[in-house]
Amino acid sequence: MTEAPAIEVHGLVKRFGGRAVVDDVSLSVARGEIMGFLGPNGSGKTTTIRLMCGLLTPDAGQGRVLGHDILTEGRAIKREVGYMTQRFSFYEDLTIEENLRFVAGLYGLKPARDAVARTLADLGLTSRRGQLAGALSGGWKQRLALAACIMHRPRLLMLDEPTAGVDPKARRDFWDEIHQLAAGGLTVLVSTHYMDEAERCHRINYISYGKLVAGGTVSEVVRDAGLTTFVLSGKDTARAAERFRGMAGVDQVAPFGNTLHVVGRDAVALRRAAETVAAETGCTLSPSETSLEDVFIQLMGTARDNMR
Amino acid sequence: MTWVFSLTRLSALLAKELIQMRRDRITFAMMLGVPLMQLMLFGFAINADPKSLPAALVAPTQDRYSRAIVTALELTGYYRFTHPDASAAEAKTLIARGDVSFVVTLPSDFGRRVDRGDHPTLLIEADATDPSVASGAISTLSTVAAEALLREKGIEAQARESAAEALEVVVHRRYNPEGVTQYNIVPGLLGVILQMTMVMMTAMALTRELERGTMENLLSMPATPLEIMLGKILPYLGVGAVQVAVVLIAAKAIFGVPFLGPMPLLLGGVFIFVSSLVILGYLFSTVARTQMQAMQLTFFYFLPSLLLSGFMFPFRGMPGWAQALGELFPLTHFLRIVRAVMLKGADMAAVAQPMAALTLFAIGFAAFALMRFRRTLD
Repeated sequence: MTEAPAIEVHGLVKRFGGRAVVDDVSLSVARGEIMGFLGPNGSGKTTTIRLMCGLLTPDAGQGRVLGHDILTEGRAIKREVGYMTQRFSFYEDLTIEENLRFVAGLYGLKPARDAVARTLADLGLTSRRGQLAGALSGGWKQRLALAACIMHRPRLLMLDEPTAGVDPKARRDFWDEIHQLAAGGLTVLVSTHYMDEAERCHRINYISYGKLVAGGTVSEVVRDAGLTTFVLSGKDTARAAERFRGMAGVDQVAPFGNTLHVVGRDAVALRRAAETVAAETGCTLSPSETSLEDVFIQLMGTARDNMR
Repeated sequence: MTWVFSLTRLSALLAKELIQMRRDRITFAMMLGVPLMQLMLFGFAINADPKSLPAALVAPTQDRYSRAIVTALELTGYYRFTHPDASAAEAKTLIARGDVSFVVTLPSDFGRRVDRGDHPTLLIEADATDPSVASGAISTLSTVAAEALLREKGIEAQARESAAEALEVVVHRRYNPEGVTQYNIVPGLLGVILQMTMVMMTAMALTRELERGTMENLLSMPATPLEIMLGKILPYLGVGAVQVAVVLIAAKAIFGVPFLGPMPLLLGGVFIFVSSLVILGYLFSTVARTQMQAMQLTFFYFLPSLLLSGFMFPFRGMPGWAQALGELFPLTHFLRIVRAVMLKGADMAAVAQPMAALTLFAIGFAAFALMRFRRTLD
């Protein structure tokens, strides 16, 4: 018998001032899985996460997180979930050590001193433990926040855009750590809008205007989108881009350095358009893999169309 | 580990709050400096029975009678003739500008009429824009002036006799025989100073967390509303204790205010009062969304409580509806306790009613605050 999923929610709805910010979202995350939660700004990612860790009450829907009912067992969920907020939300006027000690005290970790010392050592911050948290750089703040969130050994970690404003090296280290934690059995739900990060998740879900519009592994999402992509390369890609505008079958035109990516849902129409333009502008045409980013741009466009 | 209350969690919250308090140097200094400063300032500045007020004399013919009256008036301590030889027009300007509080006018035939045995008229104009300025000075006036005049005519013995014949008035100024304003104002200031700092500081408690974004984190961790409330208010009870000590020592040492009643009773009353204040402040912070709103709520509460509690004006002198409104402020009840215990030497039975009222306020505010507390970010 398989273990119950870490997250299993159905039909979550949350309205703010009559507008559904989260609209009928159902989600299932298996234990030990890293689930990427993607979507543009304001799509409802943060609200969905807050609903699942008991910080907001849903207007409709139900579900279980780590086997606890999200409507009635918020306290039990809080004990077993580590939630890292989008904005650094530890105390900037407390030192690193004081912040950790505060968290250890709230979770009743015993002995708190050992838990704090261990976390400081893991972070490599033992020598800087007396520094005010507010004085840390963005990357270190993020590491401190993560360390504080996992100090009580949660079974589920929810990270809300954890790598915003963090340099690539720190991001790489961060993701390595996430994978290590997941290998140890921790379930991770991470929201992001970086495509490279999405590709490091086991599975992804895409939310737009409060609705889940796609889900699965990265290759499944790309395949399900049913998009065709061609790459034009040559000297005159700028004129080619101009020429593509408004042509039938062309949904996206995006320059990448000296090349031009054209993406469309109708493979036949797209090929016809691409061949025409390539011939006119003297560019070479080759078929290409559709990237996750292409899929997301496409999803954003269609979701907006549905709203209107 | 219990679900509702855990000492470990509470002490974590307390430790954090105390560190933050210590790091916020300016606020911390304010919490200790403000009471002393305000006490000095108001204790010495406020005087409900003002003396030595500037006056002008308009007497076209200066003679021994007019001089006698001026001397007698000055001897009461209320008048200080800064302009002893003003014309009527000058006097009018002086009082209009507020340079003098009184204008004493003697008619030009004053001396002649006194000699003739008439009853000459003496006009005193008082600047009654502030009634308290005028009351004491005017009340002493008629007797003082009449006596002075008769004495000057050489019939002092007769004057004393006729005064005694007419009426004997006996006045006892109880609890404060010399009518020292400080005795009234300093115990009252204890209440006002505590109210100012305690309510304002705790009103920021939750709104600061909301504004800094730390509330989201705090709520996602397992702390209960009761623990969060106690974690916020207990440190301020400590600050309140220090303020009380400062004000009471200053009251005794600098202003010589008497402490007639039992000290434990006084401290008990102060403790209940401070508790109700910090909880009220916390209640404000559960209602306000921003620190600005919390400040506004505090001031909205502060002014009427100051004016209607009996601190500024005699409580029993207000109309019934205003007294009813005044009963709603903890400060009103605290003033009754502190004045009764310190100045009248009241015992527990005498202050049981205001004590009970304060206790009810504290419990009511706490219950309401716990109800208002948002466990979620909704």
